[in-house]
Amino acid sequence: MSLKDFFKGLFGKDSQEPRICKKCNEEIKYSDLKANHIICPKCNAYMRMNAFERLEAICDAETFSPVDEELTSNNIINFPEYDEKLEKAKKATGLNEAVVCGTCSIGGKKTAIFVMDSAFMMASMGSVVGEKITRLFEKATTEKLPVVGFVTSGGARMQEGIISLMQMAKVSGAVKRHNDAGLLYIPVLTDPTTGGITASFGMLGDIILAEPKALIGFAGARVIEQTTGEKLPKGFQRAEFLLEHGFIDAIVDRKDLKDTLSNLLAIHAKA
Amino acid sequence: MSNLTAYEKVAAARGNKRPMGGYFIKNMIDNFVELHGDRRFGDDGAIVAGVGFLNGEPVTVIAMERGDTIEERIKRHFGCPTPEGYRKALRLMKNAEKFNRPIICFIGSSGAYCGIDAEERGQGEAIAENLYEMMGIKAPIISVIVGEGGSGGALALGVGNRVCMLENSVYSVISPEGCATILWKDATKASDAADVLKLTAQDLKEFDVIEKIVDEKDLTNEEICDNLKKYIYEEIKELKKMSTKELLDQRYEKFRKIGR
Repeated sequence: MSLKDFFKGLFGKDSQEPRICKKCNEEIKYSDLKANHIICPKCNAYMRMNAFERLEAICDAETFSPVDEELTSNNIINFPEYDEKLEKAKKATGLNEAVVCGTCSIGGKKTAIFVMDSAFMMASMGSVVGEKITRLFEKATTEKLPVVGFVTSGGARMQEGIISLMQMAKVSGAVKRHNDAGLLYIPVLTDPTTGGITASFGMLGDIILAEPKALIGFAGARVIEQTTGEKLPKGFQRAEFLLEHGFIDAIVDRKDLKDTLSNLLAIHAKA
Repeated sequence: MSNLTAYEKVAAARGNKRPMGGYFIKNMIDNFVELHGDRRFGDDGAIVAGVGFLNGEPVTVIAMERGDTIEERIKRHFGCPTPEGYRKALRLMKNAEKFNRPIICFIGSSGAYCGIDAEERGQGEAIAENLYEMMGIKAPIISVIVGEGGSGGALALGVGNRVCMLENSVYSVISPEGCATILWKDATKASDAADVLKLTAQDLKEFDVIEKIVDEKDLTNEEICDNLKKYIYEEIKELKKMSTKELLDQRYEKFRKIGR
């Protein structure tokens, strides 16, 4: 299935509408934004990409094939307002859940790929997000494929209580089995990556890439400020801060991501 | 079984006099030798770890501890582990694996230490590494929630073949106060949040997240500790009968099936 066919019908709202840059508040024509990798042409802020835009930018044309797209979340602990939130998120994004999984080629190398979409409940991880990513790693392990993951998330999904916390262990286990089979995993951390996702598969790559200025951390900055009374240093929890402290391998400009991934996949390809 | 509400259990789990990891080490483990440091940066007081005997069986024990006096609590930053604590825990789990020694983890903490320094030294990475490595440790692991199991910071010692909880302990993705703030913009509604989060031992047993609840009602700390000791010892005996592959597959499947 082509990427366009897959997403056709998924998008309830017109993704061609102009968007407002949250940094400079300018309204940007969609065609201008698209031509500039969804980076604001006025102030160069990296605006958040939806799953469709990311897959289109990274996958070789017509190579993406989705898996487990039909899985949807249930209100397993009967949490207040969760059903409504899920419905709203589905409508707003045209997605069934906060992660899209599948296989594709990147620079001619076949790979498993997952893309999280922060427009769906801040891409928080409940049981379906955990299950889909786990299944993708298991599939990649069986089929001897590398995994590339575009990570963004507010953390574990509160509305699923302890079940969502346990997804951190579940996914980490699947990443380990994939690793133990000698296979490559590259997470690309995008804005924002926080909480339980940083504390699980976000930080478990062979090579960890990040987009410039992406917020990446475990505890929330405001929580730290309130708890400790300390003033946060400039650039705290930004990708550059993590690079400086040795927790990510490289920061890659969005326009270079596909080439960098293609290159890394080729370097790690087994003869 | 007690009739406490969810939030009363939260209060009990946090109780000022409630025994934490150090108590169980003292009353359960013979000839305990505490081992310090992560060999990377420092030694975290919120994690007490070492080796000793449980009914004559050599074991490695890793325990969260907040301390009794206010001075000690400050030194142990109220039982909230830093990245160094998690890295010390992992170092000693690897040592246990090398000598094929069962591992017992005691969990009781409001969460991982929250601070600029913890972020600078990779709090998220330290927790992630533990979840990942614990899935592959070739020695039996038993995790016991004795107090408040606070989110990822608790889970970082919680990837066991067996996970059990004391009757009045709790285990949650977020604190009831945090949940109430997000949900109703009102931290004083924590009691309602505790209900909706389903964080009691009874809830977790129902969800098949834990295998065992150790009774507390009308029992002294000594009796609770004795019962827990019996349980741990029996489970270690069972787990030692497994091949390495069975042990690792059982641990993987235990978490794999949650939310499948």
